[in-house]
Amino acid sequence: MLLITCPWCGPRAESEFSCGGEAHIARPLDTDTLSDEQWGDYLFMRKNPKGDHREQWLHASGCRRWFNAERNTVSYVFSKFYKPGENPDAPAAAGGGA
Amino acid sequence: MNRFSIFTIARNAMSYHENWQKQWRSPEPKSSYDAIVVGGGGHGLATAYYLAKEHGMRNIAVVERGWLGGGNTARNTTIVRSNYLWDDSTHLYEKALQLWEGLSQELNYNTMFSQRGVMNVGHSLQDMRDIHRRVNANRLNGVDGVVLSPQQIKDMVPIMNTSASLRYPVMGASFQPRAGVARHDAIAWGFARAADALGVDILQNCEVVGIRRESGAVTGIETTRGSINSRKIGIVSAGHSTVLADMAGIRLPLESHPLQALVSEPLKPVLHTVVMSNAIHAYVSQSDKGDLVIGAGIDSYLGYGQRGSFPVIEHTLQAICELFPIFRRVRMNRQWGGIVDVAPDACPIISKTHIKGLYFNCGWGTGGFKATPGSGWVMAHTMAQDRPHALNAAFALDRFSTGHLIDEHGAAGVAH
Repeated sequence: MLLITCPWCGPRAESEFSCGGEAHIARPLDTDTLSDEQWGDYLFMRKNPKGDHREQWLHASGCRRWFNAERNTVSYVFSKFYKPGENPDAPAAAGGGA
Repeated sequence: MNRFSIFTIARNAMSYHENWQKQWRSPEPKSSYDAIVVGGGGHGLATAYYLAKEHGMRNIAVVERGWLGGGNTARNTTIVRSNYLWDDSTHLYEKALQLWEGLSQELNYNTMFSQRGVMNVGHSLQDMRDIHRRVNANRLNGVDGVVLSPQQIKDMVPIMNTSASLRYPVMGASFQPRAGVARHDAIAWGFARAADALGVDILQNCEVVGIRRESGAVTGIETTRGSINSRKIGIVSAGHSTVLADMAGIRLPLESHPLQALVSEPLKPVLHTVVMSNAIHAYVSQSDKGDLVIGAGIDSYLGYGQRGSFPVIEHTLQAICELFPIFRRVRMNRQWGGIVDVAPDACPIISKTHIKGLYFNCGWGTGGFKATPGSGWVMAHTMAQDRPHALNAAFALDRFSTGHLIDEHGAAGVAH
């Protein structure tokens, strides 16, 4: 069972959360000009790294708010939890273990 | 290769079974091969075997990071069936099932393929509508299948709780009599032995660390045992497919998740068919050794650690206990996770790529074991002829830009 730190509620059990997959996939803005390959890439292609992965989580059985996290996909250790809009690479905003 | 028969067993009994030939060689890598298959699981070994047998290639290597069949081949619930909904999937899985039916004889290796039938249980009116639709679709495609009433289910599996008072009552089931289970290790070992006999080099403890390309074509791989040249490379590496795709600069629509399974202590024979429930997420069969083989779901998050989270097991066992009250006091022996590469439409990708000579066979997700021989058969054709067989033409990588998905999620009677 993973211990996941909701940036609003604090550490809670994994069973309270649902995972929303890869984070920071921006919907293309110039949709009129996209090729089928570019649409396919946006809709279906994923990074799926073996290592650190930034992903979206929903505190489904808690505050019901979305947030982002950085987690290692081999050790499952979380290194960062951050709210939507926060920059995980900015030194001050990194809320690891908060 | 020594053939296995009653006579060779008797002859070897004279020497206390100490002089059996090794089942396959452990050669040193050659500097170059006509074709390389990356991944020594069931699918990869089957690919190499059919490349040699059906397409006359002899200078082939299978490279495997660990040991043969140590990944998902050894980590599944061994169910074999072909009752998918859509034509493309049904034809592919039915080809595999037909190969399974003759495989023990063909490989001279007992795959313990047991056609004990697979029952997919429905718990709601919509489940039953889907089951009727799927069974009708199967029969139109020449795949066997019947719809069972709750009474017929009870007659067949008396230990199942079919009472109307269940939270999710059993309202019926589809049943495919030709489906069943097989021995997971035997399929890897059988294909390895048969491929080796046809001259295929099986290179274990040989991890691929790079894929060499020149002007849009592959030229070879870098491995922990040195550099190997080849102009045909097939990647059959399941949960690690995107790790290899990254080496070649290819994006795949796959995400790797841990899928868990568990086995109980051995019991007397009590369940003679395979029971699956999509809605409450339980599937269970009993192995020849007597243990219950139970499949759980995938973790919702990505993971390469070959273990899974406990809530998933708890969820599955709740459903098993509800459906089979007699199992409530059974103790579980072992639990494990395998890394499955899941595609958005829950269907595999068996495809050429934009790099000449580089082929991918991946995305089998939670249901690859059943397809092992068929997967190898179409992959071998795709690699040898440099074009897909009619059976896997629809499973190309470009379906994620053309939009021609084969949406088996929820349609296939699969517990995902």
